[in-house]
Amino acid sequence: MRSLLSILLIGVPVTLILCLVGLSHGFIEDSQRRARGVGADILIRPKSSSMFSLGYTMPAALVDYFRKQPHVKTATGVLNATVEGVTLGASGVDLKEFDTMSGGFVLKSGGPFQGPDDAIVDEYFADQKNYHAGSRIKMLNSEWRVSGVMESGKLSHIVVPLDSLQMKTGNTGKVSQIYLKLDDPANTGVTKEYLEKLPALESYPIYALEDYTSALNVNNIPALKGFTIVIMGIGVVIGFAVVCLSMYMSVLQRTREIGILKSLGGSKGFILGIIMTEAFMLGIGGTILGIIMSYGAYWLIHTLVPASLPMIIVYEWWYIAGAITVVGALLGALYPGLTAAAHDPIEALSYE
Amino acid sequence: MNSGDIIQIRDLCKTYRVGKVDVPALRGVDLDVQKGHFLSIIGPSGSGKSTLFHIIGGLTPPTSGSVVVDGKDLSAMTDAARTRMRKRTVGFVFQKFNLLPNLTARDNIAVARYIGGTAARPEPEFEEVLRLLGINDRLDHKPNALSGGEQQRVAIARAIVNHPAILLADEPTGNLDTENSKAVLEVLRDLNRRLGQTILMITHNPEAAAYGDSTVHMRDGRIAERT
Repeated sequence: MRSLLSILLIGVPVTLILCLVGLSHGFIEDSQRRARGVGADILIRPKSSSMFSLGYTMPAALVDYFRKQPHVKTATGVLNATVEGVTLGASGVDLKEFDTMSGGFVLKSGGPFQGPDDAIVDEYFADQKNYHAGSRIKMLNSEWRVSGVMESGKLSHIVVPLDSLQMKTGNTGKVSQIYLKLDDPANTGVTKEYLEKLPALESYPIYALEDYTSALNVNNIPALKGFTIVIMGIGVVIGFAVVCLSMYMSVLQRTREIGILKSLGGSKGFILGIIMTEAFMLGIGGTILGIIMSYGAYWLIHTLVPASLPMIIVYEWWYIAGAITVVGALLGALYPGLTAAAHDPIEALSYE
Repeated sequence: MNSGDIIQIRDLCKTYRVGKVDVPALRGVDLDVQKGHFLSIIGPSGSGKSTLFHIIGGLTPPTSGSVVVDGKDLSAMTDAARTRMRKRTVGFVFQKFNLLPNLTARDNIAVARYIGGTAARPEPEFEEVLRLLGINDRLDHKPNALSGGEQQRVAIARAIVNHPAILLADEPTGNLDTENSKAVLEVLRDLNRRLGQTILMITHNPEAAAYGDSTVHMRDGRIAERT
């Protein structure tokens, strides 16, 4: 019972680590997939903005300016707005322009916008909120009608007419990013260099879309790396504390057994080895349980909030989380183990 | 002292420190035990029997004097050396059996083999010893499924599985009823007679002591008489 409780307590930080990593990787993969889904070759972000900064805008008139540049086949501007947290947003698009660039949204039910207050939502958001074509949704202080439900994978979970979003967010005549599709993807490098040299585009970050999606990784998200390290540290501390207490209790309960092993010739190293082996097994058990519980969390997240939290299972982190946990467990077992090894055999044998 | 002695003890003293007070447990014990002898040690509580048992078994060092067991001088040994000695030179049988409760009888015996550095499975001849002990069909049971007599016989099997030079039995019948006491004492006598196992047995009971070849009477940390 004590061991099972220890395994459960050790498993919790493993689950925490795996969920955090799964969410961050899921968010990144989801963002990459959505960016690629646009079908553009080049992305332009507002002046002085970074890859992840929110709230920056640039004049929508730039879209026409880009259309006139060499090799540019089509251009479209998109305005982003946050709906719930950083992972759930709405995109304002010019549907005709966007369809030309991306091939259009694949609608599973309903149809395109019929009016200025129409919205197309993706299947995850529709499942999460139980929406369908014709549903009324409240967001951005307005009521919208769901005109259609689309397959996920392009822009945001929610797409609304660009003009409406500009007006309702006080960004009339502005967009958050501009996508360019070229006459030939092979011209991406040349075009990017050309655009970067234009005086009118000074300080505008211009990305080849492939470079942009490649640069979307966990290490580039501000504070996420530090946050992950903190969670890993908590995992080590919890593993250490749980195993230390558990093994200390175990050593107290088994004082007589330790005396028996010593009377049989069990050395200090042998006794320490038994305690450390048990701690190792607790660490492994906690890791396995933590992995199982992370699948539980994955199922819960995908069932309850598939749009808000795009979690995935990151298998390579099983080994990292396992190593962190086992190190914590072994460190925690060291003091009880040394205490057990130092027991006087006569006193241990007379322990009641 | 002669060359057949497996235990040679000279002027053995042991003093325990209890708080700030020195408590002498042994006050100059001289004892020789021949190989293959069955010696009973009898005496009242506090006479030093258990302390003598612990020193001969290498569980605690002497304060002064010399203790040579199977040619090894325990007074010059480090704690680690005494631990190594316990693996193969002595085997313990305790009043409370002291079997590991989560292991079967077979595994309790195997643990002793493992610690002793030998293969976990005893030699085929050991099956005969198990039959002699009457536990060959009880080996797959855990201690809580065995009677007190059976537990003590498993403890004896565990104590001798590494062929120790000496078997040390501390009140082996102290927790047993008359019938089981008799069975255990007969087993010890059989081991001594059939296998030539040297045995030192501590007891309060003169009837139990009579199973030995000779008896040492202890009082106040000294040997008062040997009969």
